[in-house]
Parts: sequence; structure tokens; C-alpha cells
Amino acid sequence: MTPTPKQLTAIKAAVFVLALVPLARLVWLTLAGALVEPLQFITRSTGDWTLYFLCITLAVTPLRRLAKWNWVLKLRRMLGLYAFFYALLHFMTFLWFDHFFDVAEMLKDVAKRPFILVGFIAFVLLIPLAVTSTNAMVRRLGGKRWLWLHRLVYIVAPLGVLHFWWMKAAKHDLAQPLLFVAIVALLLGMRVWWAREKQANPTAQDRGQTRRV
Amino acid sequence: MLIKRSPNGIDLPFPSEITPRAVFENRRAFIRQVAAGSIAGGALLEMLSREAFAQGVNPKLAAKRNAALSAQDKPTAYHDATHYNNFYEFGTDKSDPAENAGTLRPRPWTVSIEGEVKKPLTLDLDGLLKLAPLEERVYRLRCVEGWSMVIPWVGYSLSELIKRVEPTGNAKYVEFISLADRKQMPGVSSRVLDWPYTEGLRLDEANHPLTLLTLGMYGEVLPNQNGAPVRVVVPWKYGFKSAKSIVKIRFTRDMPRTSWNRSAPSEYGFYSNVNPEVDHPRWSQATERRIGEDSFLSRKRKTLMFNGYDVASLYTGMDLKKNF
Repeated sequence: MTPTPKQLTAIKAAVFVLALVPLARLVWLTLAGALVEPLQFITRSTGDWTLYFLCITLAVTPLRRLAKWNWVLKLRRMLGLYAFFYALLHFMTFLWFDHFFDVAEMLKDVAKRPFILVGFIAFVLLIPLAVTSTNAMVRRLGGKRWLWLHRLVYIVAPLGVLHFWWMKAAKHDLAQPLLFVAIVALLLGMRVWWAREKQANPTAQDRGQTRRV
Repeated sequence: MLIKRSPNGIDLPFPSEITPRAVFENRRAFIRQVAAGSIAGGALLEMLSREAFAQGVNPKLAAKRNAALSAQDKPTAYHDATHYNNFYEFGTDKSDPAENAGTLRPRPWTVSIEGEVKKPLTLDLDGLLKLAPLEERVYRLRCVEGWSMVIPWVGYSLSELIKRVEPTGNAKYVEFISLADRKQMPGVSSRVLDWPYTEGLRLDEANHPLTLLTLGMYGEVLPNQNGAPVRVVVPWKYGFKSAKSIVKIRFTRDMPRTSWNRSAPSEYGFYSNVNPEVDHPRWSQATERRIGEDSFLSRKRKTLMFNGYDVASLYTGMDLKKNF
């Protein structure tokens, strides 16, 4: 199944709007006064959606390979940027609600608490990916280097999951973190599998890397 | 009724904020009574303010305010205090208890008081309600997660009960054991904690006049999600120290092994006094946010030592960093 250019534009627009629904929902619930503690809700849901979008972004390549949907690659940049967008909102809630923009206090907190440090590192590593997401940057860096840089996401996703795990760990409430561990392990595991396959059999058809958009 | 005003000036009532029909009708009958001149003016003011406060559907629980032991802070809205709860027997999300606690049957209920006491005792709810005069006490409540509320509880000092059972010289601690019934409490099927929920106090802490055996809040019997029908409240400690839906109180020689301490000893000590200088390993305890009051636009408020209560004498000579 390959959508026509027109259909692809429609799909892109739909994904763009859908990805804003979580934000719209939390803005609505907050303004309506429906939440007893909106600050906690905003922090939680922006964190959750960062992880969702990281997983969705990481699912693009496997989906493309397994379903042979080459066109999904055209959505990857937008999905990745949404992961960054929600991560930025999540980080802003931390800086705002927890530290009221006191950067020195925030950095102290980051240094003192490993689970925050891990989340912070994951966020910082996402910044170069967001900055180099434009076509001009791809050209400037050159395809190979750009690709290498964007493999940072393989570090970011596990760090994000670790951050979530750590936050939940002391409450012995690991059902959700475990699910994320399984999903990220699967998504990254497939890549490792394919890489080894390719190494063992370099002449095999390489569907993963030949076409880039 | 406290009306939340949204920034755009539009008020959107939620079903839970709508005054229940029974309360509304009571009020009408009450106004008619007033019009007929059968209620004096002083009582009128008192009752009106109480009615404005309590919007629950639970039976009323008459109690006189103990001003000497009450905080001056503005009480948290009833809806907030009953819809943002940690009560893992009903689920781990803050909204779970309000949603799931309907299955709890707070009556009939018995509490057995046993262990190192001369006169062990089993009391039903009426026995508990009659044991000592009920008082209303407005206490600050500080959760270990960094938020706080102010709640007008109804009950009496736990010491009233302790005195009745006459602890022996061996009694050094008091252990509180909560109900753990899978049928009434959906969260008990999960292994988040070792059930039943167990908490404890040193005997002198339990005997402190501020330690409240609690049967109600906001002038009504306790809502299920807040620990019906009987709980303790220890206002200078983090909220989780105050066991809910208690079925057993045991006096012991040795320090009881409490639920949270068993599950993460490095994070939840036996004492768990509110202490801005001792951080939780995963978050600072220096500041807190008052639910319903502190908004986005405000810096978090500073947490007070012992939550602002004058109980330091209980801990003289103790290193509170070690005994956290």
C-alpha cells in the first residue's frame, strides 16, 4: 500500500493534528478546573507522551521493513519532533512548577537526584536531534554524519524509560515502566538483529539504509 | 461553595461540584425553619458556614472545634480533599480512591486493640464514637510527594483510647493494621505493597495530644476514600504514617515493621517526620505545593519543620537525619 502524494499530505496533516490532541486535552482540563492538581497532571502527561512519541518514532523503521511501507519514513521527522516537543514541555514544567525558573536550584536538583539527572541527560541529547532536523542541516552535515548523530535516539529512549522506571520504582508500581522496557527492547532489538544479519551476510538486500528521505 | 474560576472567566461546573439533591433540600427545609424563627441567629451563622464547607453526602458528625489545636490555614476544598488521595488499597493513581472506594463497607466495623495491654478491647463503631467527646481539629497534611492540604478532621486524641486499654510496661510501640479485603478493595490484588497496610508510632508519639483517632472530616463521617470508618492522623509526619481503615491496633515491645519501610527502607523511615532538611532520595522536601491554593504562578511554599507543629521535644537527642 503506497499512498498518493495527495493522500500522504492528508496523512501528514492528520498526524500533525492528532499529535496535538494530548496538549489540547491538558490545556482544556486545566482551564476547566477539572483537575485537583493540574501541575502533577501536566508533568505526568507530558512525560508519558514524550515516551509514546519516542516509541512511535522508533517503530517507523521496523514498520517500514516489516510491512514494506516505505512511505512511513516521511512521517518520522514530524514524530521525532513531537517527541522533542513533549520532552520540552515536560522539562519546562519541571523548571517552572518545581523550581520556578531558578536555574541554579534546578541544576542542584538535577545533580543530586539520579532519576532527574537521567531524564535531563535524555532531554539534552534530544536537542541536537531537533536542531539538525531540517533539510538544510542534513545537507550541511552530510547524510552519513547526520545518520550517526541521529542514532543518539537509541540512547535517549532507554534513558527516558530508565527515568520513568526510577520514578516509579520506589512505589513498586512497575507495570507501566515494564511495558516501556519491553517495547523499547523490542524496537532496538530488531535493529541489532538486522545489523548482525547484515554483518553475517553483507550482500543481502539492504532495505534499511539505501533510501533516505 | 468554593467556585474555581478559570482564567478565561468561564465557569464550568463538574457533576461532582453540583450540590447533591439531599443537601440542597435540607437547606430549603432549614431556611424555612429559620424563617419560622425556630433557630437562633448564632447557630444560624455556624450552620451556614458549615454547610458551605461540607458538600459531601455522608452523615453529619457533630463536633466542637478545638481551636487550641487547630491550624489557622484556610481549609482545602472538600472536593479536592476527597478526590486527590493516596490509598493504594483502591489503586495507585490519586483519582483511584474516589472512583473505587464505593465498594468499601464501613459498617459494621470492629477494631480490636490488643498486645501489651492490661485490658484488650474490641470496639465497634458506635463504641468508638462514644469513647470520648468528638472534636474538630484543622490540621495541615503534608504528603511525602511534596503536596499539602489543610483538613478539618473530627475525632479525639488517640491517648483517650490508649488510656482505656492500659498499656503494660512492655509497650513501647503502637502498630496500626488496616483492612485488606480483596472483595472490598480492588488494589489489594496488586502487589504494590505487602498487605495488610501496617503503620506504627512510638508510644509517646501515639500519646501526644495532637495524634488524632479520626472518625470524620468536614463535619461528616469519613468518606471511604479518606480512610473510613476510622483512621489516625499524625499531623507532624508525612501522610502515609496515618493508617486508614484500621481494623487492629497492637501494642508491641519492638518497633513494628511498617509497609512502606519494608518496601523501600532507604526511602521511607519509621519516623518520617516532616523535615525540610532531610530530602527524600528522589525529591527535595524543602518545599511543597498546597492543593487548590498554590497555582502555576507561584513559587512552591517552604515546608516547615515537623509541618509547623511543636513536637521537637519528642525527639531530643535524636539524629533526625539517621532516624528519618
